[in-house]
Amino acid sequence: MPDWKEEILRRLGPLKLTPAREAEIVEEVTQHLEDRYQELVSGGATEDEACHQAFKEVSDEDLLARGLRRVEQETPQEPIVPGSRGGHNFLASLWQDTHYGLRQLRCNPGFTIVAVLALALGIGATTAIFSVVNGVLLDPLPYPNAHRLIALAETLPPFSEFAISYPDFVDWVRMNHTFEALAAYRHTDSSLTGSSEAERVKVAQVSASFFPLLGVKPVVGRNFSSEEDRRGAAPVVILSGGFWKSKFGGSQGILGKMLTLDGKGYTVIGVIPENFYFCCKSTNFVLGDVYVPIGSYDSQWMSQRGAHPGIFAVGRLKEGVTLRQARADMGGIAQDLASAYPDSDKNEGIALTPLKERMVGDVQPALLVLLAAVGFVLLIACANVANLLLARATGRAREFAIRAALGASRGRIIRQLLAESVLLALGGGGLGLLLASWGTKAGLAALPEALPRANDVRLDPRVLAFTLVASILVGVLFGLAPALQSARPDLQHSLKGARLGLSSSRHRTQHVFVVLEMAMAVVLLIGAGLTIRCLTFLWRVNPGFDPHNVLTFNVALPPSTAEETPEQVRASLRHLTDTIAAVPGVNAVSITDGAFPMQGGNIVGFWAEGHPKPSTQSEMPNAVNYIVGTDYFKVMRIPVLHGRIFTADDDSHSRFVAVIDEDFARNYFRNQDAVGKSVHLAGIDEPFEIVGVVGHVDQGGLDEDKQSPLSVQIYLPVSQIPDQFISLLAKAEGFVLRRQSPEYASVEAIRRAIEGMNREQVAYGFESMDGIISTSLASRRFTTILLAAFAALALALASIGIYGVISYGVARQTHELGIRMAHGAQKGDILRLVIGQGLRLALMGVAIGITGALGLTRFLANLLYGVKPTDPLTFAAVSFTLTGVALLASYIPARGATKVDPMVALRYE
Amino acid sequence: MEPKASDLEWKKVSAELLILSLVEARPRHGYEISKLIEQRSGGTVRFYVASLYPLLYRLEKRRWVEGRWVEKAGQRRRRYYRLTSEGRKVLASQRRGWQAFVAAINRIVEVEHA
Repeated sequence: MPDWKEEILRRLGPLKLTPAREAEIVEEVTQHLEDRYQELVSGGATEDEACHQAFKEVSDEDLLARGLRRVEQETPQEPIVPGSRGGHNFLASLWQDTHYGLRQLRCNPGFTIVAVLALALGIGATTAIFSVVNGVLLDPLPYPNAHRLIALAETLPPFSEFAISYPDFVDWVRMNHTFEALAAYRHTDSSLTGSSEAERVKVAQVSASFFPLLGVKPVVGRNFSSEEDRRGAAPVVILSGGFWKSKFGGSQGILGKMLTLDGKGYTVIGVIPENFYFCCKSTNFVLGDVYVPIGSYDSQWMSQRGAHPGIFAVGRLKEGVTLRQARADMGGIAQDLASAYPDSDKNEGIALTPLKERMVGDVQPALLVLLAAVGFVLLIACANVANLLLARATGRAREFAIRAALGASRGRIIRQLLAESVLLALGGGGLGLLLASWGTKAGLAALPEALPRANDVRLDPRVLAFTLVASILVGVLFGLAPALQSARPDLQHSLKGARLGLSSSRHRTQHVFVVLEMAMAVVLLIGAGLTIRCLTFLWRVNPGFDPHNVLTFNVALPPSTAEETPEQVRASLRHLTDTIAAVPGVNAVSITDGAFPMQGGNIVGFWAEGHPKPSTQSEMPNAVNYIVGTDYFKVMRIPVLHGRIFTADDDSHSRFVAVIDEDFARNYFRNQDAVGKSVHLAGIDEPFEIVGVVGHVDQGGLDEDKQSPLSVQIYLPVSQIPDQFISLLAKAEGFVLRRQSPEYASVEAIRRAIEGMNREQVAYGFESMDGIISTSLASRRFTTILLAAFAALALALASIGIYGVISYGVARQTHELGIRMAHGAQKGDILRLVIGQGLRLALMGVAIGITGALGLTRFLANLLYGVKPTDPLTFAAVSFTLTGVALLASYIPARGATKVDPMVALRYE
Repeated sequence: MEPKASDLEWKKVSAELLILSLVEARPRHGYEISKLIEQRSGGTVRFYVASLYPLLYRLEKRRWVEGRWVEKAGQRRRRYYRLTSEGRKVLASQRRGWQAFVAAINRIVEVEHA
């Protein structure tokens, strides 16, 4: 039979096909010609005739070459990885890459699942934190033109934020040129009576301009008019949407109804939307059940320029006015007021802060630290997946070599591998998004008080875009190194099928990744360790009193008490205290008014005996002012250091007495005996005799600044409150109570005793002192829990990383280990060898991590208290922990290595 | 027999239809396809190597047919072409077009006769 192949090859020559394609065509066409030849011969033709005829059919007008040229030269020459000439059709090859990538991932479900899970954790955690950062820090506040909203307060050295005096506020409104509107607010509680049981409602007192300024429109009725925002105006009330629904079933007929608050009738004129929100602790605003005009508040404090009754303000800048201009304007007003009213306003200034900054400024550093931490977790996850890809690339070395041999360019292979890693990252991103959505919901529900604007946190388009971009970036990031490494295969070696076809540079890259993972885990663990140490330190801080088994609550007296004489009010309070003290299990109980530990409260200007009298009230130093019953120190277990505490004899008929804290004594009676000295308080003519010195209490919280000028404290007996102030006591009282155990003297028992005295008397706001301390640490706990969770995740990922690399190394070295064992190496030697490799990587990681942490933990400094950012104990503990975990992670594969059978290992190649 | 120029012209129009029809029922190799065309047309239509394979590769490139090497016991391996789902759609549409075309021609021819 003739040699058809030669003939066909000659014809295909000019087409310059790839060898593989050419071989395929030659084989197929040759078969055809052979079949044709056989057919002609069996049909009676001679061999020569048959041969001639068959050739003629091929060579006809060079048809074969022309026809094939048209088809072949526009066909991708290698169906799986087309050569570099494929670049002209980017979309088509992108689709091809994606398609092929998906198939690759489907073929390796184990690898795919592990990689996607690791990435999902990293991307999910990052998305969750970003959604918080987005909602809290990036999104504008939910009010129209929110950038023009400014929070206002007074300043009075040493206070950078001080409650506003109402007469001052009225002057600000009148005199300023930079604000479109200003609104004042304060909060209080009132007893709602008249319907069924008396109950306590939260009352927000606001200027008539408050809701219009924030762009809030009532859903029913109208806003306050400026006439209603004046003393003596007919009492009107606006309900919150929630209160309207829960109390009145959302009835449209609510307008014009009367509400009795503290015995006074208020006409309902409107309802504001249920979703109205104006946070929070940092703005000193409390969402009300009901809203009343602040100007109609009938209190002596409202007309005294020297009084600062918990009022703060918000303003809307005029269009085009800058914060700087507004500050200059208000600064001028403060000066004018100071010269007009030196006694009350000298040294006072006005603080202007953008409202958003005021609302979220406190949490910004913590959130940014968390975002950085979670970014580290993501990088660790990336490094892990990159290592998985590198290890897998070894298994695929032959595949890449074949592709390269078939004409795939390096760029083409890199693109293919990047497509695979981006697919993995997108899978991780999708799953991560689910984790993030679930995680943020659960997290915010668990720690609601930790975060302002928590209801603004959601997965909005910006978060989704963030996740998408992060996923793609992450895909490229962890895909690039393995792709670059894999696309440079050692053709000969790989094609021979050698298992050791891994270049040493690829191995080095794996080690670099593991070391970096370890280093990042060290930084995170140290960060988390420091915040945990700080939290435990704070838990152990002695607040100056014993919070265990202390219960705090408020009692609203019946509205009729307001009509009683001062003596009757005092008697009522004594009776109330005695009734509570008689509840079984109650050890001691005391009224507390004014300031209360960790809850802010009153301060009072004073001047101490032996010091020059300040010329004006505003120049006086200030002290935290507690007004307490005789058993207060017993309840709180505040140590009495010197002198005595209050007794029943300290009453309105005896000389005024006071107890001061140790800081007061040290600062103002240095080297003298404070007991027996006197102190003058602003607004009260008669001096107070100091009868005792007690321990200092951490008023501002466990992390209170001990250097604060406001650290001095003064206690006055409630029994000596002057007659002119007794009406303030007639409304509602705070109580502290020490009980044997929460079970013995239950909240219910106490409430029954109080409300049993009078149907219109309400006990409310029960809270254990332990709970108050715990709440005061809520945002620290939020940061700490998250940092600890991220650090744990980082540790787990880094351990898996080191385990993976060591196991892989052992598998790669099986041959070498076999030779060593054949030469007499003992199990201990092998164990040491393998663990030594892991240890070396871990120690390098720890060293780099510690260096990094020394640089980075200073960003944590303002989140820490009682712990230095370079706390050696934390650094040492983390280093040991991580090294230990790395040893364990190396031990498992090392033990496997000792079980290698030398004979099997030597045949391994 | 040598294909004449006119043969080439009309074959170009209908060649795809012929090949797609032949692999519709089951996969066939190139030689089998060329024999079937010859037999079923009573020798009127013939596809030789030089025109058959470029055509087959073009159809494969368009993903209308898919070629696959198949080894059978005691035989050389052969490349079998089978109709893809996309090819099936193309075949159906070409078949309709061809039938409409033939019907139209027939009507013209009948008018001439009448």
